[in-house]
Amino acid sequence: MSKRLVQLGVLIAILVAWYVATLPGGVHPLLLPPPIPVFRNFGVLLTTSSIWPDLFVTVREWVTAFCLASTAGCLIGYLVSRSGYAVRVFDPLFAGLYSVPAILLFPLYLLFFGLGAGSKIAIGTTIAFFPVVLNTIAGLSYVDKAYITAAKSMGANSAQLFWSVMMPAAFPVILTGLRLGCIVAFLSILGGETISSLAGLGHRIVSLAENMETSQMFANILFAVAMAIIINGLVSFAEARGRRGFQ
Amino acid sequence: MSGAETVIRIDGVSQAFGAPGDPRRVVALESASLEIARGELLSLIGPSGCGKSTLLNIVGGLATPSTGQVTIAGQVVKGPSPQKVAFVFQENTLFPWRTVIDNVKLGMAFQGVPKSERDDRAQESLKAVGLADFTEHYPSQLSGGMKQRAQLARALGLQTEILLMDEPFAALDEQTRMVLGEDLSVLLARTGKTIVFVTHSLVEAVFLADRVAVLTARPGKIKKIISVEEAHPRKSSFMTSPKLSALRNELYELLHDEIRKTMTLRGETGQSHE
Repeated sequence: MSKRLVQLGVLIAILVAWYVATLPGGVHPLLLPPPIPVFRNFGVLLTTSSIWPDLFVTVREWVTAFCLASTAGCLIGYLVSRSGYAVRVFDPLFAGLYSVPAILLFPLYLLFFGLGAGSKIAIGTTIAFFPVVLNTIAGLSYVDKAYITAAKSMGANSAQLFWSVMMPAAFPVILTGLRLGCIVAFLSILGGETISSLAGLGHRIVSLAENMETSQMFANILFAVAMAIIINGLVSFAEARGRRGFQ
Repeated sequence: MSGAETVIRIDGVSQAFGAPGDPRRVVALESASLEIARGELLSLIGPSGCGKSTLLNIVGGLATPSTGQVTIAGQVVKGPSPQKVAFVFQENTLFPWRTVIDNVKLGMAFQGVPKSERDDRAQESLKAVGLADFTEHYPSQLSGGMKQRAQLARALGLQTEILLMDEPFAALDEQTRMVLGEDLSVLLARTGKTIVFVTHSLVEAVFLADRVAVLTARPGKIKKIISVEEAHPRKSSFMTSPKLSALRNELYELLHDEIRKTMTLRGETGQSHE
């Protein structure tokens, strides 16, 4: 429990430092607004519907990107895992591409898909695809050979081998890939929106900054951070449940 | 066992890995021939790398021999024959995401047992190995000895005539092996199965088997077959009997040179082989 206390202490220390820095004579409120109006604005965000249209845009982009990335990642990962040769070719290839900062593709996506949702979905899909495909390959192609031999010795056909041995053995690893994909899709879409967009949470934050409404901007950033934390918590919970469900 | 009907016939089986002429080519087995009678328990013993496990896998259809063939009840083995042969492996091959009883039932599902029969049969075989109180445990919650009992239960649940056991107790401590060996002898005497049992342990080989087949160093050939001639189930007093000691010593003599040869091949003794 003392671990939690220390974590809480760090957060409180940051808040106190923030408060002290914004006292009269400190940092200018246009650069760093004091915490109290920021939290007041955050409260307004939570209780009114003003953020909903932008929230809806971001969530729709995120869900679309995640669905595309997880479908493509699982499918391609499965196909690659079926042959040892394909694994040796594509596993290092995907791992190499994963280490390239994919956000560099974003200007290109803006040209291809425009300023709207299309370019955000494209960047979210691209970035979320890699953890899903890499974990699917890792999960399916490194199932312990002893399990497969045992199943075959008892007469398992290929469908039984896949559904009763390969899938449950690989499932936790695939699930981790899906969790990572879900989170990086959200983060990269927010990033894309702050670079260039017409609507969405990131767009909102940038336009507030351009209008010098830093207190409002901070409240929106707080909203995005809270959302990321909640998403992380939810998918981690789903992952733990999924693991148990398959046992 | 003379006079009993032959169930497994191993006929001039050789197994080589790598192409002929390849310097890394390994001949694991060389024209091994052996006949195993119905209801017999045969131990295969030999130095490590002599192809004992390879031979077992060939009998079970998990490997194809380079030359020669194995027939089971007159039929040539061409692949796994789950209706006739069940395996117990050295390593733990229980599926960790299933409970003990679901592991046993999954084996039956693979084999094609109707769903309605699986539960009764699984309960029965778990009871036979002494795991009746652990049916809902996950493998990770069991000790090493219990895991091997569960694997044995899974093999018994398949109700095959033949049981192939590949060093099933190798990973266990000596006391656990001793108890498991005694229980196995009792259990197998009751089921009347034909069993091939690969082991490293001289005492285990003599204690369990009707006959012990000694393999030579690589390439493995059958060097000699020793008959034990002691009724099943074996009592714990057999473990300390002069008869067992005499047979153990005989095996030791037979194996000693072969083990030396293996070690020399690997450069593990003082005598190098330049």
